[in-house]
Amino acid sequence: MAIGTPLVHIRGVTFSYGRREVLKGLDLDVHRGEVLSILGPNGSGKTTLLRCIGGASIVSGGSVRIGDVDVGSLSAPDRARKIGFLFQDHTPTFPFAVREVVIMGRAPHLGIFGSPGPSDAALADEALERVGVAHLRNRPCTQLSGGERQLVLLARTLVQKPDVILLDEPTAHLDFRNQVLTLRIIRSLAADGMTMVLTTHDPNHALWFGGRAALMKDGRFVAVGAASDVITDATLATTYDTDVRVFVVPGRGGKGQSAICSAWHSD
Amino acid sequence: MTRRVVLVVAPFVLLYVSLFVGRFDIAPEDVARMLASLVVSIPHDWPESVATIVLQIRLPRALMAMAVGAGLSISGAAFQGMFRNPLVSTDVLGVSAAAGFGAAVAILLDRSLLQLQAFAFIFGLLGVVITYMLARVYRTTPALMLVLSGVIVAAFFGALLSGAKFVADPEAKLPAITYWLLGSFNASTVRSVVTIVPAIAVGVAGLLLVRWKLNLLSMGDDEARALGVRTEWLKGIVIACATLITSAAVSACGVVGWVGLVIPHVARMLVGPDHRALLPATLSLGASYMLVIDGLARTATAVEIPIGILTAIIGAPFFAYLLRRTSATWQ
Repeated sequence: MAIGTPLVHIRGVTFSYGRREVLKGLDLDVHRGEVLSILGPNGSGKTTLLRCIGGASIVSGGSVRIGDVDVGSLSAPDRARKIGFLFQDHTPTFPFAVREVVIMGRAPHLGIFGSPGPSDAALADEALERVGVAHLRNRPCTQLSGGERQLVLLARTLVQKPDVILLDEPTAHLDFRNQVLTLRIIRSLAADGMTMVLTTHDPNHALWFGGRAALMKDGRFVAVGAASDVITDATLATTYDTDVRVFVVPGRGGKGQSAICSAWHSD
Repeated sequence: MTRRVVLVVAPFVLLYVSLFVGRFDIAPEDVARMLASLVVSIPHDWPESVATIVLQIRLPRALMAMAVGAGLSISGAAFQGMFRNPLVSTDVLGVSAAAGFGAAVAILLDRSLLQLQAFAFIFGLLGVVITYMLARVYRTTPALMLVLSGVIVAAFFGALLSGAKFVADPEAKLPAITYWLLGSFNASTVRSVVTIVPAIAVGVAGLLLVRWKLNLLSMGDDEARALGVRTEWLKGIVIACATLITSAAVSACGVVGWVGLVIPHVARMLVGPDHRALLPATLSLGASYMLVIDGLARTATAVEIPIGILTAIIGAPFFAYLLRRTSATWQ
């Protein structure tokens, strides 16, 4: 299918934890081959929306479809072949070798009693190469830095060969260098045509990806559209209840690039 | 490589040793010839009584010890992976407490050994079914709910067991209950081997089949599901297999603690955390360990020492050593 056609259809999605309504009727399409950034303050429902798209949480109302199938009706293996999910908080329990961790991504392509073979290991090596951490393949996953771990888990998501990858705050807890590294890899995956939906706390990241952005507040969308169109002083002020400015700074090769600055110093 | 050979060979060597070591000394070569006579016809030049000791008493007992040791160890390893908790063992869902109560009821009702084993087995399964149902929320069974439900069920059946002991005749039945709970392999007969070992074998086979998926389950429910694992099925299979094994084990020899807790840690030190290698290793180590323990139990002193006492006396300090060495991490 061509790039740009709708792949994920979110229609009237609501979600409640007990009495508390977290998502209050959301409509959104995710297009094939785009990077969609979901922005919003803590508690706005970003992660919940991502979990609903991934089938990790079951919507209370409305529907999430991928292609023409309802995500909620898919079995776990079927879903894992369509959707890869990079969770925010992964605490490794056992010191599995990195390569073994990545091979786990092959699970949806193997039967219930199946176990991976040499071709799965080859795919894992390829994915580790792709995200640039092939040198880590024999390290215990418990001895990785936060940035390394994030990339290893991203590699695991890639070997699932999903149609769409969901990333929950992929740069959280990472230092500046690792943030840039992770963002670069996400961007290069996007350049290869991978569809990705991610949540982030940094509007700069959404601008940098250059795809679309959805700004959320209290379980509703404030604005959805091309990142450079919807991330403005006004929408950020509404979303985050804070005064900020969007500047365009000169980028390399003469192209302008936006940057967000707090407006505190203008008082 | 040599490690793997040792792991494969060790239980069989120990099995052989345990057939000629005992209160009644039998020459190793005689044991070898008696074993050979089971498959090929060779002249019987040994007394019938010696053959009875080796083939009717020591062999079933050793086979039972191997099956129980291997079964409890592999279940413990599977549970530690599933619950992502190094302090978990096969008892965590209340199976031993419930099976113990079942055995006590059978003793109170003057039932035969076979019926006692059936009671222990069925109550063990029942205990875990109750735990599982208590832990179920929204079609899922979170690990924490399982552990807490297991504590409740174990406490409940523990109280029932105390009640059974309280009403038991202190001259005959109370000692019988107490001794049974301490654990022993001396009730192992050819018949009990034929009934109990296959049950354990089925559980072991089930766990071996899903051993790679246990790696995924140890990532936590959310991640395992995102990787395409039907987590509730898998947990159900693991719990069913481990419960089958543990109920069968308790019905065979009473409550034997510590094996399912300590052996998986030793195996992990030897072959690493990957359950594909870990589960087979626990089978070998568990079988070997139990043969050694049972050997000690029946030869160390003039009176046979209950198994449960030995496994704890050896297991607890060893676990303390592991804990100090690794500071409760998995390495």
